[in-house]
Amino acid sequence: MNTRLWRHWEWLLDRPWLLPALLAGGLVLAFAIPQYQLFNNYIQLILMYIGINIILTVSLNLVNGYMGEFSLAHAGFMAVGAYTSALLTMEVLPVGTYPSLFPVALLAGGAATAVLGLAVALSSFRVRGDYLAIITLAFLMIVKSAIENVDAIGGPRGLPGIPRLTTLPWVFFWTVTLVWLVRNFVYSHYGRGILSIREDEIASDLMSVDTRRVKIFAFMLSSFCAGIAGGLFAHLLQFISPRVFDIVKTTEILIMVYLGGIASIGGSIIGATLYTLLLEVLRPSTMASLLSWLPAPIFDPLYEYFIRHLGVLRMVIMPLALVLVMLYWPRGIMGMREFRGFVPRRDRAAHHALDTPAESPHGTADRH
Amino acid sequence: MALLTATDVRHYFGGLCAITDFNLALHRGELMGLIGPNGAGKTTIFNLITGVYRASQGSIRFQDTELVGKTPHQITALRIGRTFQNIRLFRELSVLDNVRIAHYAQTRCSLLEALLHTGRYRREEQRIIDHSRELLAIFKLEHLAGEKAKNLPYGSQRRLEIARALAIGPELLLLDEPAAGMNPNEIGQLMEFILWIREQFQLTILLIEHQMKLVMGICERIKVLDFGQTLAEGAPEMIQNDPQVLKAYLGDGAIG
Repeated sequence: MNTRLWRHWEWLLDRPWLLPALLAGGLVLAFAIPQYQLFNNYIQLILMYIGINIILTVSLNLVNGYMGEFSLAHAGFMAVGAYTSALLTMEVLPVGTYPSLFPVALLAGGAATAVLGLAVALSSFRVRGDYLAIITLAFLMIVKSAIENVDAIGGPRGLPGIPRLTTLPWVFFWTVTLVWLVRNFVYSHYGRGILSIREDEIASDLMSVDTRRVKIFAFMLSSFCAGIAGGLFAHLLQFISPRVFDIVKTTEILIMVYLGGIASIGGSIIGATLYTLLLEVLRPSTMASLLSWLPAPIFDPLYEYFIRHLGVLRMVIMPLALVLVMLYWPRGIMGMREFRGFVPRRDRAAHHALDTPAESPHGTADRH
Repeated sequence: MALLTATDVRHYFGGLCAITDFNLALHRGELMGLIGPNGAGKTTIFNLITGVYRASQGSIRFQDTELVGKTPHQITALRIGRTFQNIRLFRELSVLDNVRIAHYAQTRCSLLEALLHTGRYRREEQRIIDHSRELLAIFKLEHLAGEKAKNLPYGSQRRLEIARALAIGPELLLLDEPAAGMNPNEIGQLMEFILWIREQFQLTILLIEHQMKLVMGICERIKVLDFGQTLAEGAPEMIQNDPQVLKAYLGDGAIG
C-alpha cells in the first residue's frame, strides 16, 4: 500500500465534514439526476434498487448481525409493507391529487410491518438460533399464503396498477433516514443491549439489560424498515405478487448482508450496492452493451456462448459467489468492522470494531 | 434488619432437591463467605438470588422487595451485582462497552430519544462513558478500554468482571470464586482488593470461594453448604474447628 496515499485517505476519513458533504452531494444528485436526465431511466432504476436494498440489508443486519439471531422473515415483512402501502395509495388515500401523501402510506405500511415484527419478537423470547430461524421461515410462508388466499387483493395473480410514486429523491430520503435511525439505535444502550445478547444472553440479563424489551425494539425497528422498503419497492415496480416475496428474496437480502459483513452498517451499504450492481451486470443486455467495445471476432463468440445464456447462468453465478465468499471470506467485506464516520465521536475511542485504529492513546487521554 | 434474607428456600432440578431449607440473613456492610465441596449448591444459591432460577419454595427478600418471581434484570436493577465462576464477559466487545452495558438500568432516556440521539441522550451517554472510565481507572484497565475483552489476560478479565458488576452501582455484590486460577501471591492482592472495594463502594459482599486462605482471611461470617444443606454457620475460627465441616471437606479419617 502506498503509505502517502494511505495517509491522505486516513486524513480524509477523519474529517468531520466528510459525511455531511457526501450527504449534501447525494441530495443534490438525487434531485438533479431525474430533473436533468443525467443518467438514463435504466440507471436511475438501478440507483433506486440500490437504495431499497440498502434499507433491507441494514435492517436485516440489525437482527442477524448485531443481535446474532437468524431471521428469514424479511421478504415477508417487505410484502406486508408493500401490500399495505399499495392498497392505501390505490384505494384510500387520494394520492392522485395529493402525491405528498405517499410518505403517509409508507409509514402506515411500516407500522403494519412493525406489528408483525412484534409477533416474531415475542416468539424469540422462547427460542433462539436454529429454532427461531425455522419460526421466521414459517412466518414468511404464512404471510405469503395469506396473501395468495385473499382474492380481494389479487390472490396469487398479484396486485397491478400501483401508482408510480417512488422517485429518486424519495428513495434517497428514506435510505438516509432509516440508515441513520438504525445507526443511532446501534450506538445507544439498546444497541449495546442487542450486542450483549449476541455475546451472552444470560450475562446480559444479569447486567441489568431488559433483554425482552431490547429484542422487541430491535425486531420492530428492523421490520419497520423492511416495510418501508417494501412500500418503496411496490411503488417502483407498480406490480406486486406473492411470488415476488418468497424465500429467494430473503436469500438475496441474506447474501447482501453476509457479502457486506455482519454487524456493520458500512458493510451493508457496500454489500447491497455491490450485489445490486452485479446482478444487473450479469443480465445479457447489460453485459452485451458493457462489452460492445470489444472487436467482433471476440465479442461474437463471447455473446454466442456466454452472454446470451447469462439469464440462466447468473442464477448459478450469484449463489456460487456466495459459497466462495463464505468459504474464503467468511466475515464479508466489513464483517464486525465499521467506517469511522458512522460511529458517533464519543464511541470511537473505545470501539470494538473500527476500520483502523482511530485514535492514538494520546487521543483518548485528552478527554480528561 | 438484614439487607438480604432467605427463608426456607428449596430448589428442585427435576426430582433432585438441589437446595434444602436454605436460610440466610446478610446484614448491611457484612462480608460473608459461602463454602462447600463441589456440587454443594453454592452457585445455585447465587442463581436463585439473581433470578436465573426461580426458587421452588421459600422467599428471598432484598431490603423490602421479594426477589422470587422477578427476572434477572429486575433483580439486578435493585442493585445486586454479580460475577461468574467461569468468566462471562462479552468477549467480542470492547472493555469499555462491557462496563457501559451494565449501566442499562440507569438510563432514563426513551427509545425515541435514543433513535434521534437528542441532546439529553448524548449527555446521558457521555455520563455513562465518564463513569465507566472512572471504574476502569480504579481497576487499572483504562489503557485497555478499546481492547476486545477476549484479548485481555486472565487476571485482567477477572478484574473487568468485577468492574462491570460495580457499574450496576450495587449495594450487594455476589462474587463467584473470584480467586479461581490465581496463585497465592495474587490471592493476597485480591484479598486486599476486595476489602478495599467494600470500603470504597460501601458494599455488602457474599462470596463463594474454594481458597481457604481467602475465605478465612477476610470473611466475617462463613456458611458451609453440602449437598444443598447448610452444615454450619459462624465466624471463621468456629468453622475451622467444626467437626462436621472437617468431615465434609476432608473425609472421615481426617479427624483425630
